[in-house]
Amino acid sequence: MLTLFFIDLGRRIITFMYFCGGLANLTAQTVYLTLKPPYKYGHIIEQSNKAGYESFPIVSVVALFIGFIFALQSAYFMQRLGSEMYIASLVALAIVRELGPVITALVVAGRVGASHTAELGSMQVTEQIDALETLAANPVKYLVVPRFVSLSLMLPILTLYADIIGILGGYLICVLKLGITSSMYMHITFTALFYKDLFTGLFKSLIFGMIIALVSCYEGFNVEGGAEGVGKATMRSVVVTFLMIIAADCIFTALFYFIFP
Amino acid sequence: MIEIENLTKRFGTNLVLDRLNLKVPTGQTCVIIGRSGCGKSVLLKHIVGLLKPDRGRVLVNGKEVAGLKELELNALRSKISMVFQGGALFDSMNVAENVGFGLFEHTRISQKEILERVEESLSLVDLGGIGNLMPSELSGGMKKRVALARAICIKPEIILYDEPTTGVDPITADSINRLIRSLHDKLKVTSFVVTHDMRSAYHIADQIAMLYKGKIILEGTPEQIQHTQDPVVHQFINGLSKGPITEAIDTFKEA
Ligand SMILES: Nc1ncnc2c1ncn2[C@@H]1O[C@H](COP(=O)(O)OP(=O)(O)OP(=O)(O)O)[C@@H](O)[C@H]1O
Ligand SMILES: [Mg+2]
Repeated sequence: MLTLFFIDLGRRIITFMYFCGGLANLTAQTVYLTLKPPYKYGHIIEQSNKAGYESFPIVSVVALFIGFIFALQSAYFMQRLGSEMYIASLVALAIVRELGPVITALVVAGRVGASHTAELGSMQVTEQIDALETLAANPVKYLVVPRFVSLSLMLPILTLYADIIGILGGYLICVLKLGITSSMYMHITFTALFYKDLFTGLFKSLIFGMIIALVSCYEGFNVEGGAEGVGKATMRSVVVTFLMIIAADCIFTALFYFIFP
Repeated sequence: MIEIENLTKRFGTNLVLDRLNLKVPTGQTCVIIGRSGCGKSVLLKHIVGLLKPDRGRVLVNGKEVAGLKELELNALRSKISMVFQGGALFDSMNVAENVGFGLFEHTRISQKEILERVEESLSLVDLGGIGNLMPSELSGGMKKRVALARAICIKPEIILYDEPTTGVDPITADSINRLIRSLHDKLKVTSFVVTHDMRSAYHIADQIAMLYKGKIILEGTPEQIQHTQDPVVHQFINGLSKGPITEAIDTFKEA
């Protein structure tokens, strides 16, 4: 019983190490090939359109509701203290520093990361990736680099947009329901926010974008075993991306806390 | 010239190729026959460097494929085409983009000229004028032929065909065989053809080799193969269900 447990544990550790090695290798190749010409602008624009532009509707809805919810939840407590005015600063800080980047990243991981894994995975099982290679087109250059660049660019942009929409959500609740004046709300929002809040949030989202692109492509390339394999890989890709986003968030938040106190 | 020396490949515990030796001189057509799952596709993938040998080596024009640097490998691959068993067409691109992919990516030829060459390749496989269709709109046999067109479009010196006539009607199969034959006669293309279709094997081959249990057990001209005394090859080419290949299965069933 105990030996079985250790064998299983050992196997898991090996699988994990293998995953880390593979992902690190893909990351190195991707960064190298991103910097190396020729640059495939056409593919990058196409992917940015799919990953970024088409994500605006869902991000709008989610961000707006998060703004509503956060304003209402903080109102519950702030009203007891009689300081409803500061809801604005709470909403601004929470959304710009934390909720905007993370919620946007999770939405994009579910929407775009999953689709990348499924797409590359199907290409893998139908030998299209092998075919690319025999036609002397590097699959990493051809498939991963455009996705990596587009997600790294688009996620910060989407996050900035989500920040604005989220603050707008808080604004609507406070101005329309809680009777805070519009100019007051804006004033408090802008005095609460510093550039560093915005910068750390966007920096995190850049990292999240890279994580989503690399993990989803890695899982797609490593699909084995037909349609079932594609399904499993897609699921694993979303789970791993979620975990890595949360872990990276924790690490960078702690880092920024100590670097820019 | 393709030389395969002592090629060994295993997947896990499954020994697929076992010290396999084979030589195909430049300009010749070699047909590989063998049962389903015996490793024919795996063998082809070693020649273009998609798989790396566990032991042994594959030499194409005197250079070891597995040892090539990326640039050299790309140079080699611009001279080799592979027709995949399932076609492996890029389903995000239309037929013309698929067929012209190699030229669009690696040459400075103008778009107009590429499209002309694409159309020319497509008409060689009797599919002129379908450049704007997507792969999902094609039948299985049409996909096969588009894959063939993609392989010949870059004017390679070596073409590897993985079951080019499986799943197409007999008339089309014959025209594909003629195409392979004429590429061989006119352009001196070195070909490596995997097929289950003995009629087409006799028609196109200079040399037929049978792969069995990870090795080439017999190699010879179509004539020699047809008149072989080897019981395994004899059973295979005549499609008999009784014989040494299936003996193991029969004894298993009886037991
Ligand atoms: N990537 C792989 N991973 C693990 N096993 C593999 C892989 N590719 C092939 N195999 C195994 O190698 C063996 C030979 O496969 P291969 O595809 O070469 O057969 P084949 O001779 O082409 O058969 P068919 O005529 O049906 O196409 C099979 O047993 C298969 O399970
Ligand atoms: Mg095969």
